[in-house]
Amino acid sequence: MQGYLTIEQVHMDFDTPKGTFKALDNVTLKIDKGEFVSLIGHSGCGKSTVLNIVAGLLVSTQGSVLLDGKEVNEPGPERAVVFQNHSLLPWLTAYQNVELAVKQVFKNSMSKKEMDEWIKHNLHLVHMDHAMNKRPGEISGGMKQRVGIARALAMKPKVLLMDEPFGALDALTRAHLQDSVMEIQAELNNTVIMITHDVDEAVLLSDRIVMMTNGPAATIGEILEIDLPRPRHRLELADDSKYNHYRAEVLRFLHERHSNPNAA
Amino acid sequence: MTARVMNLFESIGFSWLVSIMKLFTLQNPKEQIENLLRTLGVPLFAFAVFLGIWHAGASQIETSLGKVPGPVAVWDQTVGLWEEHKAERLKEAAFYERQEERNAKKLAKNPDAKIKIRDYTGKPTYIDQIFTSLKTVFAGFLLASAIAIPLGIICGLSNTMYTAMNPIIQLFKPVSPLAWLPIVTLVVSALYVSDDPVFAKSFVNSAITVTLCCLWPTLINTIVGVSSLDNDLVNVSKVLRLNWWTKITKIVLPSSVPMIFTGLRLSLGVGWMVLIAAEMLAQNPGLGKFVWDEFQNGSSQSLGRIMVAVLTIGFIGFLLDRLMLSLQKSFSWDKDAIVR
Repeated sequence: MQGYLTIEQVHMDFDTPKGTFKALDNVTLKIDKGEFVSLIGHSGCGKSTVLNIVAGLLVSTQGSVLLDGKEVNEPGPERAVVFQNHSLLPWLTAYQNVELAVKQVFKNSMSKKEMDEWIKHNLHLVHMDHAMNKRPGEISGGMKQRVGIARALAMKPKVLLMDEPFGALDALTRAHLQDSVMEIQAELNNTVIMITHDVDEAVLLSDRIVMMTNGPAATIGEILEIDLPRPRHRLELADDSKYNHYRAEVLRFLHERHSNPNAA
Repeated sequence: MTARVMNLFESIGFSWLVSIMKLFTLQNPKEQIENLLRTLGVPLFAFAVFLGIWHAGASQIETSLGKVPGPVAVWDQTVGLWEEHKAERLKEAAFYERQEERNAKKLAKNPDAKIKIRDYTGKPTYIDQIFTSLKTVFAGFLLASAIAIPLGIICGLSNTMYTAMNPIIQLFKPVSPLAWLPIVTLVVSALYVSDDPVFAKSFVNSAITVTLCCLWPTLINTIVGVSSLDNDLVNVSKVLRLNWWTKITKIVLPSSVPMIFTGLRLSLGVGWMVLIAAEMLAQNPGLGKFVWDEFQNGSSQSLGRIMVAVLTIGFIGFLLDRLMLSLQKSFSWDKDAIVR
């Protein structure tokens, strides 16, 4: 079966002063359109490397990535990235940050008025209408990440790549943002790859969880289908046996079979 | 409006002016007076102590040109130089008046007569020298910035360019302006040949010498500023496929503005120091020439006049730095950043 996004036998070697470091070994993954996939694994296992290869920010040593039938070989807005530390331009307001992306992607296909509406629409989607004209320095970490998501969504990407989007946030803010992401996902049905190290987050948000083995030469260990009905609510799921089963599966993978090699 | 003026003063280190302004508008007078004592009183006291030491020390030293001038003698010379300047301006005005009268008479006699208009050729006053120096330093500084900022951006973005340029930068950075001066003079004489030059040769010589010394701080700081660009922002520009112009104007320049301005401030400071030395050595018009002329002149007033020049040079250098600081404030996106 040919997926919408295909990662085909990807290998990644890095040249280091100590010789070649094999980061990824034969990673193959097919993702359907509209699917929400999480990559989970211990730090240093190459999750970000996979994401960066899909984004085109890194070029794999072997293998290829196909998106909608086309090979990926450079970064581009159809594979929008939400970075871990928001990566907003600190000298631009929330509106201007999204505007930069919208102008770049739709300069030939949208009128000024349409662009303005589209920017505001996306900021509204992440509940940031009230702080459109604030600079990143004037808003909280969670709000910055919301703007980062709005910027990525505004590019109308074929696949949305999220690199530990909520990793730097406190638990409560993270929960709010997860709810927002689910809400947006229900509305837009994007194809999403999200990197996380939070088991609850992975189970709550994903259609499939891809568990990676530890590096060096990391690869996909197991793939877990999350067959929970949507919309999902974190409180109701807390006592759900299926949910807890999935959670335990992931935990078992991470802590029994592939425990963290760097743990003290 | 007042708030903006106050912000400007605050930002360039004149917070005591803000206190005075607030005092006049009667905002919290007690606090303002306390603030005034702290921000103005302390420096004034230190300055008074400095004047006292100067006064006491100067009278102890006997030179071939008489005693080293104390604060009072220097003040007298300052007034003297100002009076000379005014007298010279009067003479100049009188000269042009006479010339006009003469030409008018000539034309009245014979409407076809050829009339000549000559420029006044009196010697430049102290004030003229100050303005000559300022013009020269800005010409050299602007030229240097126009080269250093773009070059710095290119070197900061491209590792290859940096590797290529780095040895050249390191080689020429430590060179004293005075070593450049003879070469600059000869090259300018050889290349800048024109019957009706827009700029005097001496001006071009001094300006280029200033340029050669102003280049480095701006260049190096721009390179550092640009190359320390946050990697995440570089990735953003890659994902957005920004063209290089948008990338530079939207991402590279705003993020390196603080470093670029640090470089510009250092450059202008260096340029101002270099200019005085160059003018002294090359006898190009300006404050440096004034100092040298007074030294050669060797009258009883000379030391006092040189002292006036020293203080003027320092004061102008200080004002130039404040000017750059307020420019930096107005260009920087981060208005809360502490710059000093």
